[in-house]
Amino acid sequence: MSEAREKLGTMLYLNGVSVSFDGFRALNNLSIIVHPAEMLAIIGPNGAGKTTMMDIITGKTRPDDGDVYFDGRTDLTKLDEAKIANLGIGRKFQKPTVFESQTVWDNLVLALKKPRGVFASLSYHASGADTARIEEILATVRMTARKHDLAADLSHGQKQWLEIGMLLAQDPKLLLVDEPVAGMTDSETVETAKLLKEIAKTRSIVVVEHDMSFVRDLGSRVTCLAEGSVLAEGTLEQVSANPMVIERYLGR
Amino acid sequence: MITQMLFRALDRKTAWVALLILIAAAAVPLANLYLPASNPLHVPDYAVPLFGKYLTYAMLALALDLVWGYCGILSLGHGAFFALGGYAMGMYLMREIGPRGVYANPILPDFMVFLNYKALPWYWNGFDNFWFAALMVVLVPAALAFAFGWFAFRSRVTGVYLSIITQALTYALLLAFFRNDMGFGGNNGLTDFKDILGANIQAGTTRAALFAASGIALALALLVCSMIVNSKLGKVMVAVRDAESRTRFLGYRVENVKLFAFVVSAVIAGIAGALYVPQVGIINPSEFEPANSIEIVIWTAVGGRGTLIGPIIGGILVNFGKSIFTGWLPDYWLFALGGLFVFVTLFLPKGIVGTVTGLWVSTRRRPVVAAAEVLQPEPEAAE
Repeated sequence: MSEAREKLGTMLYLNGVSVSFDGFRALNNLSIIVHPAEMLAIIGPNGAGKTTMMDIITGKTRPDDGDVYFDGRTDLTKLDEAKIANLGIGRKFQKPTVFESQTVWDNLVLALKKPRGVFASLSYHASGADTARIEEILATVRMTARKHDLAADLSHGQKQWLEIGMLLAQDPKLLLVDEPVAGMTDSETVETAKLLKEIAKTRSIVVVEHDMSFVRDLGSRVTCLAEGSVLAEGTLEQVSANPMVIERYLGR
Repeated sequence: MITQMLFRALDRKTAWVALLILIAAAAVPLANLYLPASNPLHVPDYAVPLFGKYLTYAMLALALDLVWGYCGILSLGHGAFFALGGYAMGMYLMREIGPRGVYANPILPDFMVFLNYKALPWYWNGFDNFWFAALMVVLVPAALAFAFGWFAFRSRVTGVYLSIITQALTYALLLAFFRNDMGFGGNNGLTDFKDILGANIQAGTTRAALFAASGIALALALLVCSMIVNSKLGKVMVAVRDAESRTRFLGYRVENVKLFAFVVSAVIAGIAGALYVPQVGIINPSEFEPANSIEIVIWTAVGGRGTLIGPIIGGILVNFGKSIFTGWLPDYWLFALGGLFVFVTLFLPKGIVGTVTGLWVSTRRRPVVAAAEVLQPEPEAAE
């Protein structure tokens, strides 16, 4: 099958991506494909290249080699962060990154999918639909009661939820979610899995996570990375039964 | 849409302060011109241009606060935009002198005759028209800010590095304007102004009018800044200040946001400079001195960065203090200023206005919060 045909119909297409930092090969011939409305969970030991992969997809880091395509046709290696975000790729960071000195509401206003230009922002006035959408997101991430609080005053888990809410507000086609349940209680973790599964009905999601019970809850395809390339792929059962994965990540 | 924005800009506090400034802009000149000297409310003649100067400094601090307090760009060269606006006005005032100079040359200002200029340098053309000078007051600082910001923000120069470059910018201009063959009067700058728009620049009524103009300009600048920071763009600016790369991942072009704030700020600083020059009667290269730009940072920090009222209060208070202090112990002002900066940084990191607002909010909010849930710590001041 030719490469072009292979890319066609994928939401995210990474082929042979490599990148080195000061001689350290963070990604080594990494190839990953995510289809529309599909969830992919990525597991792997620290330093496997999970975050670097997200940096490359979102334009923060340029790969030394390899192809990165979005929606089967857009070459992401040529674009910067803002352009990539506006194509419809949303990212939630490992360390929850919200705008601390602004309210929960304003964080969502900033994220809401609207023209991003300077003058468009200057003259922006929230329409009824915008307000309703933000209320809806607040209800989804259960933060309605805290909408007027500063983001800095939220607990770690709540910041995670706010950031997921911001992702929803961006209305992306592809969500990159880095360790969404770190710092969450068990019940919050279960809720997050439910929410992500709901989102994955219409969008593509890549979730990086260490919490195995959470990954099990997601019930998605799993890829295990190690040393910058794919170690194993398949269902969680298949991957966690793989002797190499046990050796290098899960432990005996 | 404009009315909507104006409405949003006029939150109660800003509206009160703008109104207060406008009242002062009318009351001080009237109290100077029409109250007899025996009246306790009479404003003496020397005080009008002095307070007028404070108003232009307040405007300059407001301009800096828009980029520093709201967008996180610590400019250590904002005095350059102020001085450029001042020079544009100074050039107009020089050409207004006409044949009344010492050398009585109808076209060339005195310093050009003295330096053996045969003709007016091309860039002095047009400055005999007030409208042209007024346009340049806005355009020259804007153009410099645009060119500088275009390269600096696109190259993602941030933090201390950007501050150092802005400092270098104003220092380079200082050296350039010192040179006699730049055609701006060199070391001595531009002075000996006679009149402005046909009115004697020394006359009480002219000084009163300049004071009123400074007050009105400050109030307008406050409204414009308020309009910007209360819009969604203002939220984006704060987002850039607090988490620049996060803002980029949301799809905002951070460099454009910064460029917009920087250019608007430079224009406000330029207008402040243009109002400053006729009130102090001179503009020379010392206005470009890096130390001047650092003083602006201190005024803003003292008043409270990230608030619109803070820099206005800081600009007026610190300069009022400076006038008193330098009359009393002229050699020690820089020590006092340095001490003030250290004190504010250590004990009032949010400045006067930030601290007062913080106390006000916490006394009003605490009981409610405590009843509702666990007390949350105050958010850290953003770097």
